Amino acid sequence: MAYSEKVVDHYNNPRNVGSFTKDTPGVGTGLVGAPECGDVMKLQIKVNLDTGVIEDAKFKTFGCGSAIASSSLATEWLKGKTVDEASKIKNTDIVNELKLPPVKIHCSVLAEDAIKAALADYREKHVADAEASR
Amino acid sequence: MALKFPIFMDAQSTTPADPRVVEAMIPYFTEKFGHAASRNHSFGWEAEAGVDRAREQLARIIGARDPKELVFTSGGTESINLAIKGIAEMYREKGNHIVTTVIEQRASLDVGKRLERQGYEVTYVPVRPDGLVELEAIQKAITDKTILISVMFANNEVGTIQDIAAIGRLAKDKGIIFHTDATQAVGKIPVNVETMGIDLLSCTAHLLYGPKGVGALYVRRKGPRVRIAPLIDGGGHERGMRSGTLPVPLIVGFGRAAEICGEVMAVEGARLAKLRDRLQDMILSNVDEAFLNGHPERRLPHNLNISFAYVEGESVLMGLNKETALSSGSACTSSTLEPSYVIGALGASAELAHSSIRFSLHRFTTEEEVEHVGARTIEVVKRLRDMSPLYELAKEGVDLKSIRWKAE
Repeated sequence: MAYSEKVVDHYNNPRNVGSFTKDTPGVGTGLVGAPECGDVMKLQIKVNLDTGVIEDAKFKTFGCGSAIASSSLATEWLKGKTVDEASKIKNTDIVNELKLPPVKIHCSVLAEDAIKAALADYREKHVADAEASR
Repeated sequence: MALKFPIFMDAQSTTPADPRVVEAMIPYFTEKFGHAASRNHSFGWEAEAGVDRAREQLARIIGARDPKELVFTSGGTESINLAIKGIAEMYREKGNHIVTTVIEQRASLDVGKRLERQGYEVTYVPVRPDGLVELEAIQKAITDKTILISVMFANNEVGTIQDIAAIGRLAKDKGIIFHTDATQAVGKIPVNVETMGIDLLSCTAHLLYGPKGVGALYVRRKGPRVRIAPLIDGGGHERGMRSGTLPVPLIVGFGRAAEICGEVMAVEGARLAKLRDRLQDMILSNVDEAFLNGHPERRLPHNLNISFAYVEGESVLMGLNKETALSSGSACTSSTLEPSYVIGALGASAELAHSSIRFSLHRFTTEEEVEHVGARTIEVVKRLRDMSPLYELAKEGVDLKSIRWKAE
């Protein structure tokens, strides 16, 4: 089974690999998957606290080429979106963009889970920060 | 010499045919195209002579006393099916129990599962972390209903070579028939059905530089005379054990391939072991937390299997696949979506099974290829670790086991 061009491109030139310090204000971190399943994604967003726009996103992924591509693509899409807009990204969007075959759909599901986890982490911390500053 | 891409280093999945093998086969497609069972004309005699010669060549490489003890099949899978099912059916009155191991190849395990559904009992003996089966474990598994012990000669993933002679002696002592799946061993390392007490042996041509589509089952005729029920009924070819027109060109190629292996085995094995050791040293001395799978010494000379912690196997293959063909125990590269059960059976974590890469060298592997593959593997693994969240956590001193992972 050959990989789609877009998967190969993201694998060879992954966008936004890296990490933010977790406790930086505005940073939300999602860590999903499990080593024994062969897939772990860490996805982080950095939200502008004034505008609610995701200014930057980073990822690190342990997994197959499609998992790397799915998370790389997710970081690209997250940048510039508001937190609300970001929550609307669906795994099927990733499947269509990367032309993932059926056996790789779980990679896109994991990427959606990673986005949701990062957003949830951001909201939780943001609300806590806001309450603390009140 | 300039490198030619892609480099093939997946020789335990298949091997390229040796040009001398192809040369030997060609006349049997065109001029000598007869049916080996045609008894009344020269076309048949010629074809039969080709088959007889191949049977002798093959008998020699496995140390069989009589070439008639070899039955040609379509390959390793069929040989294994014929051996295990053939014994199960033939000796049903005597017992219904089979002893085998957890690291056999799929064909053996799947035959075992089918027989279990049919009322047989199969004991899958575990192996040690280095892949060796303990003789005592086999001994303990034997019951008065045991009709067959089936243990692979050398493992297809990690290359561990079992103490076949010891298992053969045990089987003889207990009066139990002994089958070995020697698909990975024949032609590569010394195999002798007489000195090792093997009653049934499965092998295939395409793993010893012969053509795909032909294999053989050795069936002992003396001490004891082993009988098997056929899987395929028909014209009674191969002494009734495997009916069907013999694929003469493939058989001729198989014989020639075995003959060449016999001539070069010692030199070729030493050469490949040296190259393999070079590849192993290169990788293990440049990559931290890379682990050798299988037995460090009792191992096929052309096999190297390494788990790279914190990177997933398919992603390593993807980084190399334009230039090198390798295989991985990762779930993503298997049809079952499960990581390698062989690496799992050695007691490694599922994560390390996902991270295993098998390098298998062959007759045409060069030193330049080994140097290239070693260097590129190191590069790719390092690049993937830079983007691995697990490597990052491990470097921060986090115990990965302390994290509560949400498995899907």
